[in-house]
Amino acid sequence: MTATGTMTAIKTETMIEVRDLRKEFTVRRKVGRIRRESRTVAAVDGVALSIARGETVGYIGPNGAGKSTTLKMMTGILTPTSGHVRVCGLEPVPRRRRLAGRIGVVFGQRSQLWWDLPLRESFRLLGFVYAVPRAEHEARLRQCRAMLELDEFMDTPVRQLSLGQRMRGEITAALLHGPDVLFLDEPTIGLDVVSKQSLRAFLAEIGTRGDVTTVLTTHDLADIEHLCRRLIVIDCGQVVHDGTLEALHARYGSRRRVVVDLDEARALDVRMPGVAIEAIEADGRRVTFALDGVPAGELIATIARDGGLRDVSVREPTIEEVVARLYRG
Amino acid sequence: MTFAFARPLRVDHPPDRRARLYRFGALVGAGFRRWSTYRQAALAGLFTNTVFGVMIYSLMRALTEDGRRPGGYDAAQLATYVWVGQGILSVVHAWTWNELADRVRSGDVTADLLRPIDPFEAFLAADLGRAAYAVLARMLVPVLAGALMFTMYIPQRPYTIPLFVLSLILGTVLSFTLRYLVNLGAFWLLDARGLGAVWLLASGVFAGTFFPLRFLPDWAQVVLWFGTPFPGLFQIPLDVVVERPGPAQQIGSVVLQLVWVAILVPLVLRVQRAATDKLVIQGG
Repeated sequence: MTATGTMTAIKTETMIEVRDLRKEFTVRRKVGRIRRESRTVAAVDGVALSIARGETVGYIGPNGAGKSTTLKMMTGILTPTSGHVRVCGLEPVPRRRRLAGRIGVVFGQRSQLWWDLPLRESFRLLGFVYAVPRAEHEARLRQCRAMLELDEFMDTPVRQLSLGQRMRGEITAALLHGPDVLFLDEPTIGLDVVSKQSLRAFLAEIGTRGDVTTVLTTHDLADIEHLCRRLIVIDCGQVVHDGTLEALHARYGSRRRVVVDLDEARALDVRMPGVAIEAIEADGRRVTFALDGVPAGELIATIARDGGLRDVSVREPTIEEVVARLYRG
Repeated sequence: MTFAFARPLRVDHPPDRRARLYRFGALVGAGFRRWSTYRQAALAGLFTNTVFGVMIYSLMRALTEDGRRPGGYDAAQLATYVWVGQGILSVVHAWTWNELADRVRSGDVTADLLRPIDPFEAFLAADLGRAAYAVLARMLVPVLAGALMFTMYIPQRPYTIPLFVLSLILGTVLSFTLRYLVNLGAFWLLDARGLGAVWLLASGVFAGTFFPLRFLPDWAQVVLWFGTPFPGLFQIPLDVVVERPGPAQQIGSVVLQLVWVAILVPLVLRVQRAATDKLVIQGG
């Protein structure tokens, strides 16, 4: 096979394949004194998705939407009620231990490190647990140490690390065996702004340079904006959107905004289709327009023609806005 | 610089026997180091063991007055029984151990399931590391203290010490296996403390921790030896070191420990399988 042929083969390789995935839980409720009523609730209700090698996919949804349940089924710690799941070509639950060697998992609220031992020791042990050849292990560790700046706390027991330091350790731990797929469940939860940024920068680097496939669940939509070209939104156990962020905006009619500051208050006579005044502030000297498919330049030119324009800013639609609408809808 | 996370470096083969051995060894080492971080606790425990050694031996020695041999032990053998017994208490550790149950309750057990190693194997390795640390920190000093204060029985047969080491390892494995089994109860019971209390009582009375089982009537001894694994925790290692039975029975009792390990380990693995299935199907 030619080099190009191999490249194409890698590019199109499917790492995660999910069809008609369903998980039901039985919820028992007390009715009356003794009688109990049990009811079946579908936490995941017919999810289908396919993720290719090297993709970084954001998997989001409101609390209780079924995100973690899907992730648990993909990592092999929860059996689906019905449906088809393959990760790295393996059926997760029956092949859990085999699959464990090919995936890396970070649950933001849990730890896979040895609590009482220095971080360095946890990494060394993971090398043995995953039977990673020493040279590979060292190469990856060296890279993580440099990129995540681990050196200052490599000898600190894990229980004494700050949350941000520990999280950097967790991500390293998940990568040392060179996983094909990385599952990150809320990796930035509880982190301060600086820690979040450095973690994102690292994950972005992994995303662009390696061929690690990443599935990221988060409530921090900035994570998604920085890291994920593709976004899967789940609600009530079903996929409600699967595509790029732009597609999401287009589909839910997100609007850009133009904010103009005027020298003095005056009535702006803008009669353009697709432009609406959304707010008037500062005694009429600041006006916010919402644009629906109209280029901002046209609107600004129209306003500028009448003079008295002090300042203009264009605001892109925020992902929060779309997602909030999506969750409520 | 080549990017270290790129695909050609991926490991995708199950570890061979040698890698598994190294892995087990590394986990034993981690268990050792983990416990060695708690030096003050070890020191406090050491003091307790020594004080209890003096108290228990003072009681036992009263039984050997006028040349009597309770349970067939003479005074020196009883001294060794008591002091080595105090020493191996925390090596075998037939007490409360809730680590797995706690991890089940908190959900951290999922991290254990997401590793390419059997959790029983990983926890066993860590426990053997803990036991190795206990030999250094908790066993040597009480045995020396006893030897300085009282006349102790010194083993006569050349193979006794190595046999004792083997018997002590088997006793620790048995103790761990039973503790692990009790902890697996947490997968079904919200509160495994009741089960833990039963275990604590059984391991105390039936293992020979409180008093040598040979003080009991013959029928009770037969029932305990062949019907339960408990004598394998304390009584057998201690009888081996004081050379209470003849050579054949001495070696036979270690074989009996091996038989119990061979029965209990597969049982625990089956229960663990059922426990994981339950967790995996019902979602905790």
